[in-house]
Amino acid sequence: MKVPIEIKVNDKLYKLEVQPRATLLDILRDELRIKSVHRGCEEGECGACTVLLNRKPIYSCLVLAPQVDGAEITTVEGLLKGDELHPLMLAFIENHAIQCGFCSPGVIMTAYFLLNNLREFTDEDLRRGIEGNLCRCTGYQHIIKAIKAAKGYKDSGNWW
Amino acid sequence: MRNFVGLRAIPKIEYHRATELGEALKLLSQHKENCKIIAGGTDLIPAARRCRTLLPEHMHIVDISSIEGLDYIIKDGDMIRIGAITRVSEIEMSTVIKGNALILANAASQMGSLQVRNLGTIGGNLCNASPAADTAPPLLVLNAKVKVRSINKQRLVPLQEFFMGPGKTTLTPEEILTEVQIPLIKPTGNSYFIKFGRRNAFTLSIVSVATLVKVENGVFVDIRIALGSVAPTPIRASKAEEHLIGHKVNEQVIDDGVNVVANEVKPISDVRASAEYRRDMAYVLTKRAISLSLQ
Repeated sequence: MKVPIEIKVNDKLYKLEVQPRATLLDILRDELRIKSVHRGCEEGECGACTVLLNRKPIYSCLVLAPQVDGAEITTVEGLLKGDELHPLMLAFIENHAIQCGFCSPGVIMTAYFLLNNLREFTDEDLRRGIEGNLCRCTGYQHIIKAIKAAKGYKDSGNWW
Repeated sequence: MRNFVGLRAIPKIEYHRATELGEALKLLSQHKENCKIIAGGTDLIPAARRCRTLLPEHMHIVDISSIEGLDYIIKDGDMIRIGAITRVSEIEMSTVIKGNALILANAASQMGSLQVRNLGTIGGNLCNASPAADTAPPLLVLNAKVKVRSINKQRLVPLQEFFMGPGKTTLTPEEILTEVQIPLIKPTGNSYFIKFGRRNAFTLSIVSVATLVKVENGVFVDIRIALGSVAPTPIRASKAEEHLIGHKVNEQVIDDGVNVVANEVKPISDVRASAEYRRDMAYVLTKRAISLSLQ
């Protein structure tokens, strides 16, 4: 372990010593045991490893751990309020947007970003928005439906 | 850690984080070919996993992503200056770019995915020198130049002279691309960018085309055509441009000019498409881009 870094993950501060070739994905899963972040392709093509880095969705498999010194990272665990599911997660469940669940944490982080940053959007905008998250199960229709339903929650004030 | 074992593991590296450009340049002049630069990592990391020989052990990785003063988009008199580590997503959203070089913002919006655009940088896209680099055809029709620095020198290279071959640029091991300059010309022409891939999103291009057209009194007073993925580097179709400039804008003239493009390109057959198909699509898409530029 060579490089010391300080990162905030889901509002908790961690001081770690990391091997330079470890990726952010490695650190989140193997050091911090945050298992929602999934290893899919490990080459920035599938989106299963998507997390928010300083509030922007990125592929954690492409970022070397030393590069995120001083950064803030959010995973789906960070969207929970204690044991309470985030309304976005509820929308995904209610709209059958989760089958095997492997892509879901990544999709949810991307959807969270889209809902917080697009004031209005068409279906096409959402399709474009999730282009970096592959799903082999759902065919994406219900994912789009769920994101639109979540907007309803957000607009009615049920959001954080 | 388990993930360090196996064929696809990233080899051991020496990591350096530069907070100032001078630091990075010093490291490059020290370690030369044993140095690789990282910013977004969207090209370097997958390549390191796919090809162990790309990164022999104990390569020095110089992280330039934290260098203050390399991340900017500014309108400076008669040019736009973009810092090399500006993320592609910033370029996509920038009002300065959308207002003065819309074609670049359009191309940026079609690069990779949202997550890739949030990491990848314009400098990285150019220095990786894929013939399919999406920012290249727009920058080529915009007559962009790149500023290149080493510890002792600085040079300004027209983008047309920057690419040498697939994955190769004129950069020496001690140099870093620090800035992209786009000269602003008035009046601006109409420009169009088309990216054609095997699917509609998150794809490498089979053929990409950028055109910039200026018409006065029914005559092409300026026409610039650049293509990606149809030659060892992104190219300007200069023969076709010479063929079209000064001529009346009509079907026949355009068709003749686009035929010159189809002959000028040097595509290869690869996993995405055959050379013949690329040549055909170069014709079709250049014609389409010119028509759309004329509207």
